[in-house]
Amino acid sequence: MNKIIKDIFSQMDVPGQCRKYNVPLRQCPQFLFLVMGGVIIIVVVVTYLVGIRYDQIDPEIIALIVIGLATVMLVISFIIVRSFEQLAETSRLKTEFVSIVSHQIRSPLTNLKWIVEILMSGILGKTEDKQTEYFKILKENLERMQKLVSELLTVSQIEATKFILKKEEFLMENLVRDLVSEFAPIAKSSNVKIETEFSARLPRVYGDPFQVLQVVENLLYNAIRYIGFAADNSMGGKIPGKVTVKLYPKGEYVYCQVQDNGIGIPKSDQKYIFQKFFRAENVRRYQTSGSGLGLYISKSIIERSGGKMGFLSVEGAGTTFWFRLPVAAKQNSKFASKAQPPAAEKDQNGK
Amino acid sequence: MKNILFIEDEAVMQKAVSEFLGVKGYRVVSALDGEIGISMAQKQSPDLILLDIILPKVDGFDVLKKLKNDPATKSIPVIVLTNLSQMSDISKIMELGVTTYLVKSDQSLQDIAAIVGKTLGDKQN
Repeated sequence: MNKIIKDIFSQMDVPGQCRKYNVPLRQCPQFLFLVMGGVIIIVVVVTYLVGIRYDQIDPEIIALIVIGLATVMLVISFIIVRSFEQLAETSRLKTEFVSIVSHQIRSPLTNLKWIVEILMSGILGKTEDKQTEYFKILKENLERMQKLVSELLTVSQIEATKFILKKEEFLMENLVRDLVSEFAPIAKSSNVKIETEFSARLPRVYGDPFQVLQVVENLLYNAIRYIGFAADNSMGGKIPGKVTVKLYPKGEYVYCQVQDNGIGIPKSDQKYIFQKFFRAENVRRYQTSGSGLGLYISKSIIERSGGKMGFLSVEGAGTTFWFRLPVAAKQNSKFASKAQPPAAEKDQNGK
Repeated sequence: MKNILFIEDEAVMQKAVSEFLGVKGYRVVSALDGEIGISMAQKQSPDLILLDIILPKVDGFDVLKKLKNDPATKSIPVIVLTNLSQMSDISKIMELGVTTYLVKSDQSLQDIAAIVGKTLGDKQN
């Protein structure tokens, strides 16, 4: 109940809402709606009072009042629509700008990456250990910039609805199993154990395997990292890090869960977790770098594949991210599990 | 020694790829735009073509169409090396009959050399 009251009051903070969109009050849609509502109420009350005061009021007077009111509403509505159009156009221009800049930055970044690779390869002569060390730093930071640019480009494509996914049938099990093997060295160096629990005879799903791979990779990477933060913080002592990856069928979907026993997500941050550029406060404390785009992109990929994504998290105990993908059309429901609905589904649905 | 024609307008990329593939035992000749690229492909009949898409004068799409419609060049394997990564671009290019499509920013020079080697090895088989 308190949350509902709080939400209502936050919506009534009109100046605050207008500041968020960076528009003056006279062009702010929320303010204009309030003005329109106020005008309607005033005119109706005035008409009622006039009607009481003057029993023999001409119908023409009433008609004039109604026409006047309709005209005022039309003008205000026009201003509201124009304000929305301007906001939408600004958003479109920003998306286009990000797309153009990201694309243009890719070439010089690739140039630098390849030049560093030549310098490190020894083709131009042997390099000293110190030189190799600095080239390695250069290479890692170039890869970081490339990843950020790639993410920004993906986000701009998603927003411009140009992000097209391949649609084909594939087995999640093969994809996830290979990925878990690739993560084994990283997990080992972070003192984290990765376990898998795959149901037998998983049906094929429908989606873009390359993009789904990016999603699982992002979730695994986050899971290992959040455990690393917990270990650094010594929350409850040095807890053994564990990540569990589950795959199981349920109804017309195959579910994938990535569960960790890391630092978890603070309750106050949970509703923002799928927003662009958002990074939870406890993560920012331990790692200042990071784009905050991974989960936004992951959720977009899953939803565009006809699936759904969500999570359950308890600060200090860990997080379970889950997503589901539709079973490929030719499969029938014989693979549906009769197990209880997973607890993780009754959770944040990534609003 | 196998010959590779690299059609790419970015001088630094030309230099880096030529240098790296040169060490791997390939002879790389470069063309700075699509028009020169088509002419060189017709005259020299390279063993492989590495092709960028965003090119001055004649873009990569048109270069591909010309090469695939010319009996002298249609059987030369083409590897597209570009920063275009949208599915619509990839589908359009693959339909024109390329051997492989590589996004530059996702590849290292070592990756490119391996794919070139594999392609030429397949051709010899």
